[in-house]
Amino acid sequence: MSAVSAPGVLAAGEWRPSRGRVGMIGLIVAESSLFAVFVVAYLFYLGKSLTGPYPKDVLDLPVLTTICLLASSVTVAVALRVLARGRGRACGLWLLLTILLGLAFLAGTGVEWYHLIAQHGLTIRTNLFGTTFYSLVGFHAGHVTVGLVILGILCAFAFAGALRPEHHERAELASWYWHFVDAVWVVVFTVVYVVGR
Amino acid sequence: MSAATEAERVQISRRSWLDVLHEWVVTVDHKRLGIMYVVAGIAFLVVAGLEASLMRLQLALADNTVVSPEVFNRLFTMHGTTMVFLVGIPIVFGFGNYLVPLMIGARDLAFPRLNAFGFWVFLFGGLLLYLSYLAGDGLYGTGSAPAVGWFAYAPLTSRAFSPGNSTDFWNLAVLVTGFGTIATSVNLCATIVCLRGPGMHLGRMPMFVWTMFVVSALTLMILPPLSAAQAMLLLDRFLGAHFFDTQAGGSAVAWQHFFWFFGHPEVYVLILPGFGFVSEIIPVFSRKVLFGYPMLVAATVAIGFVGMSTWAHHMFAVGLGTALTSAFAASTMLVAIPTGVKIFNWLGTMYGGKIRFATPMLFCAAFLFQFLCAGLTGVMLGVAPFDWQLTDSYFVVAHFHFVLIGGLLFTIFAAVYYWFPKATGRMLSERLGRLHFWLFVIGFNLTFVTMHFLGVQGMPRRIYTYPADRGWETLNFITSLGVPLQILGVAVFALNLIWSLRRGRVAGDDPWDAWTLEWATTSPPPACNFDRLPVTTSRRPLWDLKHPGDPDGPHE
Repeated sequence: MSAVSAPGVLAAGEWRPSRGRVGMIGLIVAESSLFAVFVVAYLFYLGKSLTGPYPKDVLDLPVLTTICLLASSVTVAVALRVLARGRGRACGLWLLLTILLGLAFLAGTGVEWYHLIAQHGLTIRTNLFGTTFYSLVGFHAGHVTVGLVILGILCAFAFAGALRPEHHERAELASWYWHFVDAVWVVVFTVVYVVGR
Repeated sequence: MSAATEAERVQISRRSWLDVLHEWVVTVDHKRLGIMYVVAGIAFLVVAGLEASLMRLQLALADNTVVSPEVFNRLFTMHGTTMVFLVGIPIVFGFGNYLVPLMIGARDLAFPRLNAFGFWVFLFGGLLLYLSYLAGDGLYGTGSAPAVGWFAYAPLTSRAFSPGNSTDFWNLAVLVTGFGTIATSVNLCATIVCLRGPGMHLGRMPMFVWTMFVVSALTLMILPPLSAAQAMLLLDRFLGAHFFDTQAGGSAVAWQHFFWFFGHPEVYVLILPGFGFVSEIIPVFSRKVLFGYPMLVAATVAIGFVGMSTWAHHMFAVGLGTALTSAFAASTMLVAIPTGVKIFNWLGTMYGGKIRFATPMLFCAAFLFQFLCAGLTGVMLGVAPFDWQLTDSYFVVAHFHFVLIGGLLFTIFAAVYYWFPKATGRMLSERLGRLHFWLFVIGFNLTFVTMHFLGVQGMPRRIYTYPADRGWETLNFITSLGVPLQILGVAVFALNLIWSLRRGRVAGDDPWDAWTLEWATTSPPPACNFDRLPVTTSRRPLWDLKHPGDPDGPHE
């Protein structure tokens, strides 16, 4: 006669991953395939614009904002480490720093777009370069914004003293999303500013 | 104790319909959401079926004038879009919703609220699509429902050729239902990986759970690209971007690639759970263990992988060049190998078994024949020169209806007959079930076998009428003759559902003497699914429970 147990109770030696982690991996896979299509479209339409302006005339390497975004991946990792040690408010400070770096990145994108539109007259309807550039970079910036909202909520909880070490896994999942957004930027940077110029 | 339950019962019987409605609307229970998915899917099936019937009525005679060309274009667009996004996907994911937690011994999906979100987003996406009939005129007063075909090729979808908002209704509705499907796929993946009950390791999972696992993972990779392409179409139509604008250097073929990168694997997303149903039902009605379980799992995963590299066989007529055409033709034919393996798995299961031809098994048996035909015409169309001859003809229409009706819909009917007792506690009527089966099997074959010949004779798809001198009249008339039989079949099915819900024979926990975990709980299952959950010791946990002296484990 086989044994009977309640749902959710496993035998000794059995292990299942946490659902939050698997769910976040699923989301990241889905988002990756979304971005893959925009990247493919960018590469496919490279050099196919019928009129200017062209990438090599108007794009500058966004070095400073890239450093900001990459650095924010480090600061969010530090925030998590601090949280694991039980220092919720210190974690909040590191999260705040992460958010500021993310905002700096968005501001950089804003300045870049302002110059492109105001000085070079490049909009999404100007040519294929404008179409693919604004959609790819814009989609990424949208994801940065979503990430900032998530980090903002975490940060608010941290300063309210509600973010405790037992929430580490949830905060970690948020950081996975943030790392993913950063990784996408590495691809976008390579494709748009290195290969595409 | 008994007084309390008596009081509860009185309270339950006094609930008003508003309370009941409220309960169903706010529920996050996977069983209720699963039932709502399937019921909504069947409702859309009826609508899309009626659209098809109208088209067949129009085509029954040469130079017919039942509907205008414009209305005909809307009919085939709405029919295709509805069948794929509002019938196939929700029914498949609805069954996944209902069955996966029960089959693996979990209390619910990993994220119950996300699950509810997925369902409501699908439902309102579907309603949005049909709102186009009322609101699709837009500012320009042209068009009502979308009329761009279910794959909405560029540049037909551009502002110049599709003014008004009808195409936007198609775009947004499909985009929105897509978000729901992606959410549910994440949910099912997490459920299957993380919430399996004691002893339920991957090698013991029921085949249906395996197919839902592969399908969910596949969906995560193929559906977001469609969403991305649709976002591009939105940008083209509303912000004047040029992704698919051939006048500005954009590419119409790019849309085809993006769409079919989703569109072809989508067929596997629909048919693999059908294979799952069959793999659960045939063993139970043959009284034998599923033959070659590891091969079936391997074949399912293989179809998932190979299925992602075949999409451009929808585009042979575009002119891809010899290298690409050969590569896609080869990968298309490669799919036939794991699929063929599965057919032998099912035949091997039936071979030497003590077969009971109850209604679920009848549908499975018909599925085997019809799906084999569908697969063979699929291989024929995979041969590029053959495809060049018959592309966009009724041969193609016949082929994919053989896959999706003869394959998928037959397994869905089988699944409804098989699991209805679990979900409601009552059996469906066998007599009505048989009537449904014979009406549908005859009607289906009359319509769609005939359609192959029309295609070979050169009748193109999507034409709203044809002149009398082409020699297509007789075959078209026979094709349309099958339609009333199928309508009658579905009517009998609906009658059976409604009648059996109230008057059907009480089923008991395990009416089919089956072996998977969902039959270990009551019918219908309690909100928590299991009061006592058997520890899984083999692929057939209930066999082990019923035959403690001869458990399956040592034989696996």
